[in-house]
Amino acid sequence: MTDSFWNEGDPIADGAAPDGPIETRWERRKFSAKLVNPANRRKLTVIVVGTGLAGGSAAATLAEAGYKVRSYCYQDSPRRAHSIAAQGGINAAKNYRNDGDSIYRLFYDTVKGGDFRARESNVYRLAQVSVNIIDQCVAQGVPFAREYGGLLDNRSFGGTQVSRTFYARGQTGQQLLLGAYQAMERQIGLGNIEMNARHEMLELIVVDGRARGVVVRDLVTGEITTDFADAVVLASGGYGNVFFLSTNAKGCNVTATWRAHRKGALFANPCYTQIHPTCIPESGTHQSKLTLMSESLRNDGRVWVPRKAEDCGKPAADVPEEDRDYYLERIYPSFGNLVPRDIASRAAKNVCDEGRGVGPGGLGVYLDFADAIQRLGRKAVEAKYGNLFEMYQRITGEDPYEVPMRIYPAVHYTMGGLWVDYDLQSTIPGLFVIGEANFSDHGANRLGASALMQGLADGYFVLPNTINNYLAAGPFEPVSPDDPEVVEARTQVEDRLTRLLAVDGDRTVDSFHRELGHIMWEYCGMERTEEGLTKAIGLIRGLREEFWTRVKVPGTGEQLNQNLEKAGRVADFFELAELMCIDALHRAESAGGHFRAESQTPDGEALRHDDEFGYVAAWEYGDVPTLHKEDLTFEYVHPSTRSYK
Amino acid sequence: MDIQVRVWRQSGPEDKGRMVTYDVKDISPDASFLEMLDVLNEKLILDGDDPVAFDHDCREGICGMCGMMINGVAHGPERATTTCQLHMRHFKDGDTIDVEPWRAAAFPVIKDLVVNRGAFDRIIAAGGYITAPTGTAPDAHATPVPKPDADAAFEAATCIGCGACVAACPNGSSMLFTAAKVAHLGLLPQGQPERDSRVVDMLEAQDEAGFGGCTNMGECTTVCPKGIPLTLIGRLNNDYRKAVGKR
Repeated sequence: MTDSFWNEGDPIADGAAPDGPIETRWERRKFSAKLVNPANRRKLTVIVVGTGLAGGSAAATLAEAGYKVRSYCYQDSPRRAHSIAAQGGINAAKNYRNDGDSIYRLFYDTVKGGDFRARESNVYRLAQVSVNIIDQCVAQGVPFAREYGGLLDNRSFGGTQVSRTFYARGQTGQQLLLGAYQAMERQIGLGNIEMNARHEMLELIVVDGRARGVVVRDLVTGEITTDFADAVVLASGGYGNVFFLSTNAKGCNVTATWRAHRKGALFANPCYTQIHPTCIPESGTHQSKLTLMSESLRNDGRVWVPRKAEDCGKPAADVPEEDRDYYLERIYPSFGNLVPRDIASRAAKNVCDEGRGVGPGGLGVYLDFADAIQRLGRKAVEAKYGNLFEMYQRITGEDPYEVPMRIYPAVHYTMGGLWVDYDLQSTIPGLFVIGEANFSDHGANRLGASALMQGLADGYFVLPNTINNYLAAGPFEPVSPDDPEVVEARTQVEDRLTRLLAVDGDRTVDSFHRELGHIMWEYCGMERTEEGLTKAIGLIRGLREEFWTRVKVPGTGEQLNQNLEKAGRVADFFELAELMCIDALHRAESAGGHFRAESQTPDGEALRHDDEFGYVAAWEYGDVPTLHKEDLTFEYVHPSTRSYK
Repeated sequence: MDIQVRVWRQSGPEDKGRMVTYDVKDISPDASFLEMLDVLNEKLILDGDDPVAFDHDCREGICGMCGMMINGVAHGPERATTTCQLHMRHFKDGDTIDVEPWRAAAFPVIKDLVVNRGAFDRIIAAGGYITAPTGTAPDAHATPVPKPDADAAFEAATCIGCGACVAACPNGSSMLFTAAKVAHLGLLPQGQPERDSRVVDMLEAQDEAGFGGCTNMGECTTVCPKGIPLTLIGRLNNDYRKAVGKR
């Protein structure tokens, strides 16, 4: 019954990755990739969409290399991309702690943490390059935390037993992004990057089978323009906002990658989303986003709920020690409160489903620092987590030094994204995809402090090497605004905006987005079933139809119109949401952050089916999407059951 | 709670603009200030009115995109708090709240509460960086940095570029913003080679962008959501004098 939702097409393979010993694959790829001589680089233009860690570092590095770069972002400055909000840290296999870390161990942990749904070659490269990232960032002046001897400090982070995470208090993403932003501004000052802030990419231009440009809207004037280049790089981030409530910034959206998908780029593993265990719970219907508390808090905080449901209404202090259930320490004695994100999230949901949740609606668990304050002293806790405690108090009005924090899982990151090969090139030649926007290195679950690592690895070190191989064949034939493909792309954008404004219905964009989010959280969130997903697809289709007949977008297209921007993004979220449910439906196994209720062990743990689902699901756009499978082979890290007990 | 807001409405850069009063009913004290504006906008849209345009993005106090004058104070009444992190529990039922955009010559209004802060980027482009092309870096442990210096550099680097300092300054000066970057990079050994040119070039860009001069009023640091201290401006002035003296 369910396969009427999709067709199966030919398998797909990654043609760019070298084989042979994994330690030298990246070296060999760099050597075999064609080079572009410095004099020719000036004649080649690259468009980069997005200015987060991936897009910012790529734009700066490509400009340093001598290419002409034109960058776009929807914010008013490239410094505001959502990478800035990452709190916890960035992993690197430096082994500065002499605790047995190595490139191989980071590679091993990441493949295992991703629940054997990532490519070994990519992950190994990521671990290799991680070492250079820290050097690069320090040289730029990123003020990482240091010890009294003046050397860099490290900590252990979500699900690892070595201390390999570099951090800058709870603001690591901010500091890394400012490093990339400053490198970018330097190139802007030198005239090597043309920066277009407050511009949104609304369509990809494909000419003769190659990605050759973008259609963008100036968000201030509403003007629609086309821009042409020799290659296009999408670094437009993830799509967590399909759930309406997520830890993403309000503007984060799927439009750039979805438009590319509609133009032929395959979309891989769309159902792989990450639910982060330590977010501040929802407080009411006005809620517009959820705020994450760095999971570094789990290093010292203890997670608990009352043993008995009847104690849940009491103040935490009135629940005696023997009536508290430190359930992570109880179920997972060897990892305790440091189990990976997916496990911590699902465990929180389970105890709340049992009626043992705390706070409004019973949707929360305690994260308690009483022991840590007693053991380390308030000052030490303040030094480590001061800004996070302040942030919590500001939002909830409660003092976490006095009462335990309340936390609940929220959508945080999307492992799925556009399919890319080892060169980070999509299935459209000349279209490269980096950072969270690609499906890349995290498999079915991303480990803590790995997103910053991947964004910067792609932007500083991987793409600038692999894109040469493509650009060596350029400069390509000039594109004219009158080319039929360009006119078509432009007309598509204009027609869609006109259509959105013309509906003039009686429901706001946000009301639709909120309702779509509820459907996704309910049926395509932490736990999924065949029945629920089938139902969700019907609900999404119905709501999408209603959107196009009842949405009300005020104003015109020739001005700053924030509701028109939102409407276009939500329209794309509807289409993506359906594909996410289809992907989740077809993957009848539990893997990583994706728990399929029909596929569990007798004691309720996730059950993978490697024989049946050991592949990347790459989807081709169509009225009925077509599934292309990329087989995953594991030569080094052999699939095993993840056990954190 | 029920409140009234008086909001600056300006359809575009050429419009003169005016304050318009709206009633906002049944707001939860747990809602953020921006969520209160969301509720107002939902109502305006359904009533066929133009919703209030305002900048915002991360809504967790780090991207620096949001910012407005609330009862005449940049980011409102709470210290060390961005507008998105200000919650309605800090207001009283029946309050009338004035909401206006940043007002500074270098930040022209685009629409309603949205202003153009591109001048900040131009100051950074003039010298707010360390020249370290990708791939040229020595090992991260090659140069130890004394912890007090690293911590002080971090404190200065927490600036989110929101522009509250400029909006609060009677002179419309961006000195605190520039001083924070000069201090962040100047406190680190990596930042020494360009220390002199950095401060001179950034100050030149600041003047060109139309920001006013600093007269040490201290309003900037009072409203700064990250608590960037005024002492950094003294540090900048020292750096500047030394740099010019060497010329």
